[in-house]
Amino acid sequence: MAHEPQHAEQHFHDPANIVNPEHAEHHIVSPLEYSFVFGTLLLCTVLTVFAATLDLGVFNPVIALAIASFKGVIVILFFMHVKYQSNLIKMTVGAGFFTFLVLITMTLSDYMSRAWGLW
Amino acid sequence: MDSAIETTHSEHDAAEHEHVFVPQHRHHFETEEQQREAGSFGMWLFLLTEIMFFGGMFFAYLLFRNWYYDAFVAASNTLNIGMGAANTAILITSGFFMALAVWAAEVRKKNLLVIFLVLTTVFGCAFLGVKYFEYKEKFELHHVPGASFDVSQFVNPPIDAKTGKPVGKPLAPDVVQHTQIFFFLYFAMTGMHALHMIIGIGILFWLLLRAQRGEFSVGYVAPIENFGLYWHFVDIVWIFLFPLLYLINRHPLAH
Amino acid sequence: MSATATSILNLPDQATATIPKKNFITAEDGLLSWLLTGDHKRIAMLYIISITFFFFIGGAFAGLIRLELLTPQPDLVASDTYNKLFTMHGIIMVFLFLVPSVPATLGNFLIPIMLGARDLAFPKINLLSWYLYVIGGTLTLTALMLGGVDTGWTFTTPLSTHYLNTHVVTTAMAIFVAGFSSIFTGLNFIVTIHRMRCPGMTWFRMPLFVWAHYAASVLMVLGTPVLAIAIVLVALERLVGIGVFDPTKGGDPLLFQHLFWFYSHPAVYIMILPGMGVISEVISTFSRKRVFGYTAVAFSSVAIALFGFFVWEHHMFIMGVSNYSALVFSLLTMLVAVPSAIKIFNWAFTLQKGSITFETPMLYAFGFMGLFTIGGLTGVFLGSLGMDIQLTETYFIVAHFHFVMVGGMLMAFLSGVHFWWPKMTGRMYPESLSKLAAVVTFIGFNLTFLPQFILGYLGMPRRYHAYPPEFQVLNVLSTAGATVLGVGYLLPVLYLAWSLKYGPVAGDNPWQATGLEWQIQSPPLTENFPEIPIMDHEAYDYEWLEHKTAHEVKAVG
Repeated sequence: MAHEPQHAEQHFHDPANIVNPEHAEHHIVSPLEYSFVFGTLLLCTVLTVFAATLDLGVFNPVIALAIASFKGVIVILFFMHVKYQSNLIKMTVGAGFFTFLVLITMTLSDYMSRAWGLW
Repeated sequence: MDSAIETTHSEHDAAEHEHVFVPQHRHHFETEEQQREAGSFGMWLFLLTEIMFFGGMFFAYLLFRNWYYDAFVAASNTLNIGMGAANTAILITSGFFMALAVWAAEVRKKNLLVIFLVLTTVFGCAFLGVKYFEYKEKFELHHVPGASFDVSQFVNPPIDAKTGKPVGKPLAPDVVQHTQIFFFLYFAMTGMHALHMIIGIGILFWLLLRAQRGEFSVGYVAPIENFGLYWHFVDIVWIFLFPLLYLINRHPLAH
Repeated sequence: MSATATSILNLPDQATATIPKKNFITAEDGLLSWLLTGDHKRIAMLYIISITFFFFIGGAFAGLIRLELLTPQPDLVASDTYNKLFTMHGIIMVFLFLVPSVPATLGNFLIPIMLGARDLAFPKINLLSWYLYVIGGTLTLTALMLGGVDTGWTFTTPLSTHYLNTHVVTTAMAIFVAGFSSIFTGLNFIVTIHRMRCPGMTWFRMPLFVWAHYAASVLMVLGTPVLAIAIVLVALERLVGIGVFDPTKGGDPLLFQHLFWFYSHPAVYIMILPGMGVISEVISTFSRKRVFGYTAVAFSSVAIALFGFFVWEHHMFIMGVSNYSALVFSLLTMLVAVPSAIKIFNWAFTLQKGSITFETPMLYAFGFMGLFTIGGLTGVFLGSLGMDIQLTETYFIVAHFHFVMVGGMLMAFLSGVHFWWPKMTGRMYPESLSKLAAVVTFIGFNLTFLPQFILGYLGMPRRYHAYPPEFQVLNVLSTAGATVLGVGYLLPVLYLAWSLKYGPVAGDNPWQATGLEWQIQSPPLTENFPEIPIMDHEAYDYEWLEHKTAHEVKAVG
């Protein structure tokens, strides 16, 4: 009635490899890498304050957001290790920002097109 | 009663695989790595909810800045750019030390871990301290939205002692009410951010205690790592808040 | 009782069958072992009790609403009270019943077992979810007892922020807390499904029930926080008066509505997708046939979740949004109907040439298919911009969402509860009584809500407690139906409770279904499986099941 136990030599390999992902490499980010990122972040902060004092017209907010986005990206990739993580984590981060962008752009589509008049 | 489904066998495997289990291993996970990955993934999903939560307020900001640009500029220029920039640097430094704390836990250096956690906390508290002074100033100037909100500074901007010119463009009475919306967004967004920092600092104290006891220097890194994710996220929110709130239009009034 | 031509029910010999002594219910004793449990099955049981409790409170409000609407005059309750009745009915039914119904009860119970795991990824967060639900529910009842709230469940601004003096803030806090319950449940499911499938359980071998919950969980995690910020802003607007929704101070009431509906439209998919997952399982089992087009059904769940994020403005067509954006959202709404229709077609093709039997879960499933189709098609009418201008804020809308939510989701919930009842409790419910309840529910439902389509088309506004006398006949029919419906919902509570003590022992697999949950004992062990299984066959593989049972030895000696 009991089923046949598997032999010791028969080692079950899980093709999806979710049970034993420890065979995957685990990268430890070094303090040196962190220091480079830290320095870059501080530099970008100085840069964004400086850029705000210049009159660049419509490009002021563009540059401010670009610098902020760059800072955010390097925090995500290095401080939060996403560069060295699985594709699942990368896709998750992407999904979050995608949904955020959907909220912003599609709501904006209403407000922006109101100014176009009724028809 | 027989389960005719095939099963994995643990007895024969043990000899082949050295499964190192820390004491905090949960029984429903097969391996330590699975538990760690699941924890990390779970924290990221939580951060996604935070993105969407702050996202609503970012949209409100986007809308009203677009509609009431002049009022927003005038209101934004009453914020202290020095304090804001200093706070940005302080929080980035706090994040740097948090990243180093994760590294220390991974290489199992207990004393370094504790030092870095302490530094993270100190800089986090410094951030909140600066925020306190900023809020205090706003309160004294009657820039807190609500019944005591005072628009006189925007209708008649004070003269700058150095240049002899007004510090900003005077706003018309119907426009000047919109400065209140800026300040509402300022307090709501930085306030919500500060709340997240306070919660984070609370957790940091708890983690510090456990780190001091040596819980995180034996291979069990997950709480430090996952808290690090939370802390860096809070940092990123501020990275965006700073230019959006403090740096709308800091061009000197040459034109 | 063994399978016959008219039933696949296969109960063990009642003379010798017993509930297994060691199971998750008997594993530990005492109230604290339930209130501090990490076992996903116990948490599911806790949810079943609390959800049923709130369902009947919400149902009582529905009864009062229909009672008032028996006559055209506003003669039962004051107008403010009537507003409070439909508001509380909506809030309780949406946030405290429909959103958690299948995921928190059946999902919690079954997903780890269906995946071959021992528990969800985060058992403590699972328990926290339940406590947050209870706190949210308690706060809602507090708001109720303090005098209620009359904004409608949609909290439309500026009514909710500037024109009402009821307990909006308390209710907003209640929903905020309940929202986190939902978020944590979804988070738990996503991590479990990604990271805790047993060896051999690839994505395309998972039951479609799991796919449906995965899609709903993504919506829960990404959508609910936007509701949270929307109601926080309403609370702040009321408490501080900052003007973000106040036109006189430069704010925009539509901002709230955009944020609110950005969640609340995906919310309806959060509510229906798990129900669709149940239907996939039930239709397959009672047609003895694998689900037709597994991949299509799996991907359609994901498609519904994705497109569901792009259509929310169709709830705001008459609120002052720009015509151009209204056009775009109307078009996108047409698109979101497609994946739902795909599912209906696939279920229909599953039925074709299957060996169909009509046990209670299948009766509810048939009810679902018909009523959800009607509800869904009327949704397409409403998505069409021109029609919506005429039909919105009338009883047509009320009928539409009750068809999909009650005729659809609630029927799916009952189908699932009946289907998995023997697995969860080890006991079978009385079949003839349950069939009666299903038929009574179906009749009552149609009697209640079909007249409402006509009422809406003729122009009766929703949320009004008085109406022109020419609408009375239809309203009386609707109220009569509601009474029948109430009976239909009360019956299961009675006979399911009865079955806990007196129902026949069900055995492991009374429905002879595929799926890992049917290969373990009923009720399951706390750890679900003595050993983690290896999945070596596709989902809904009835040949594998036949092969397995043919070689099974049921008795010793």
